Amino acid sequence: MNKSKEQLLNKRYKAEQRFRLYGLSAIFMALLFLTIFIFKIFSTGYSAFQKTWLIVPVTFDAELMMLEQNPSNEDLQDADYYDIALKSMADLDPNANEDQENELKRMVSYFFEKEIKNELINNPGLIGKTKEVYLTASDDLDQVFKGNYPRDLPEDQRRVSDYQLKIFDQLVAKGKVESKFNISFFTYADSREPELAGIASSFMGSIFSILVCLMIAFPVAVLAAIYLEEFAPKNRFTDFIEVNINNLAAVPSIVFGLLGLGVLLAIFHLPRSTPLVGGITLSLMTLPTIIIAARASLKAVPPSIREAALAMGASRMQTTMHHTVPLSMPGTLSGTIIGLAQALGETAPLILIGMVAFVNTIPGSPMDPAASLPVQIYIWAESAERGFVEKVSACIMVLLGFLIIMNLFAQIIRHKFEKKWS
Amino acid sequence: MKKNGVKMIKIKAKNVDVFYGKKQALYNIGLDIEENQVTALIGPSGCGKSTFLRCLNRMNDVIDICSVKGEILINDFNINDKSCDVVRLREKIGMVFQKPNPFPKTVYENISYGPTIHGMAQSKQEMDEIVETSLKKAALWEEVKDRLHEPGTGLSGGQQQRLCIARAISVRPEVILMDEPCSALDPIATAQIEELIDELKKEHTIIIVTHSMAQAARVSQNTGFFHLGHLIEHGSTDKIFKNPDNTKTQDYITGRFG
Repeated sequence: MNKSKEQLLNKRYKAEQRFRLYGLSAIFMALLFLTIFIFKIFSTGYSAFQKTWLIVPVTFDAELMMLEQNPSNEDLQDADYYDIALKSMADLDPNANEDQENELKRMVSYFFEKEIKNELINNPGLIGKTKEVYLTASDDLDQVFKGNYPRDLPEDQRRVSDYQLKIFDQLVAKGKVESKFNISFFTYADSREPELAGIASSFMGSIFSILVCLMIAFPVAVLAAIYLEEFAPKNRFTDFIEVNINNLAAVPSIVFGLLGLGVLLAIFHLPRSTPLVGGITLSLMTLPTIIIAARASLKAVPPSIREAALAMGASRMQTTMHHTVPLSMPGTLSGTIIGLAQALGETAPLILIGMVAFVNTIPGSPMDPAASLPVQIYIWAESAERGFVEKVSACIMVLLGFLIIMNLFAQIIRHKFEKKWS
Repeated sequence: MKKNGVKMIKIKAKNVDVFYGKKQALYNIGLDIEENQVTALIGPSGCGKSTFLRCLNRMNDVIDICSVKGEILINDFNINDKSCDVVRLREKIGMVFQKPNPFPKTVYENISYGPTIHGMAQSKQEMDEIVETSLKKAALWEEVKDRLHEPGTGLSGGQQQRLCIARAISVRPEVILMDEPCSALDPIATAQIEELIDELKKEHTIIIVTHSMAQAARVSQNTGFFHLGHLIEHGSTDKIFKNPDNTKTQDYITGRFG
């Protein structure tokens, strides 16, 4: 081999090495960004899964509760808990003046009255006795306890007063502040108070929306795809339809929101802010995605299978239903899941049809007002309270978890089908 | 086959023209096909022999731009007539393709598919019987009887092609069309299929398209030679190979072109 030829060969090897390096560094970059993103979300959000409780001694004084002797369950329900609740907070500092008593009351959430009530209803024998009750700490103290609160700011720039901090520190020193797993984040609906805000409403809203979306988009899209791919004659009209389906897939989602607003709400008067309307709007958006995926996987079925079935005397419908469609199902399903995952993360169209409204009830059906997870993220992200910062990240974690489970599910279905058909 | 010295004609093609869009693929084809004999269609690539074969069970219907003109009489019934039901036609005329194309299902399901859609078996037992006889006729039974419920796509190429033949004969067709059935197979598998063809012609009329002149000479009794969409010559295989009338046939047979 002469020298120039050897040089040329070396050059080619070097070029390949360089190319591999570029590829590796691209993958490394992608992984790096992903890691940073996940780290940021987790480091901000993990504390939302903990909730701070103040342990406060409550004296269940029958007189203050306006209870008579041997109260029935109903009496307990109707009793007045406000006074004993207020008193137990005020008792934290026996020397407190009226303003300070007010500040003491604001150290817990406004649910404190209800929490005391539940304690008594669960254990009626407490009347006349004193018991330490777990009360949800206010969002600011929650953040103080988690170390997310800048205590060194001047007092007039803080929402927590020096007095509150002093009492709180005393409680901490006495071991009367506890952190527990935040169940209410999953069981409560949204609230203006970060310590009481949960994702139950938006989670159910998302599930209902996705179900409505799936039930409308999947059958319509699959039928459309089968017709276009297997039965429709190839002419200008079907070409026109094909072009428009592709165009539809590229339409910005907010436009579908306007459509939902203008048609579903304004003309058909469907209930505003509901997963029903949200799901229908999302299904319009998901349709082209599923149609394109289903057509692609129908196209991928080898024509020899169709010919084999036709030559056996199967009708076109039998050929399609017995052979082509089952073979295309794995691809169609994964396309559907991708479409649904897209719909699950969609915010703009839902905002337009009113799913951004403040909903503090948990929807029981697609006809009840609800938010959805991404909209919940949006609502919390624009709220001023410091307590919502961790909630936003926590909600993102739930949304991502939801997506991962969906994709996993799709993979499992796919795997099963593919095993069966090959 | 001759009855009282008269050739029994199964299929009679008259003035068949085929167009793909504006392009004409077949010109005025007239060909008689004898019952219970093997007829080979030979010719260079693109000469229209496969197109003609696909006319016989109207597989060209599937291609949008393809149109067929002329008469094709099978049992004296014109299959290009509007009254002809394609599904029943294809039940009577089976087809085996160039590349083995078993359904991605089990061996059993591959065979039972045709009888099922045509309602040929009343019970599981009858179906089992059909599957067994079909596989036996295709000389595949011994090899797959223990793996009937395994995927048909897991068989070897030659076995797959015999599976396709078994599938075709499962509905007891009168005619079997074979479109280069051995072109994707090795010589041993090819020999097995050729033997099979010889066996099958007792019960079925067979038309085979082949690239291999040796194969045509081995398996067929009659041969038709196609060139550029024209049927140049047809007659008994002996005559075509030994003493053709047309010089083009002569040239092709002796390997001067094609």
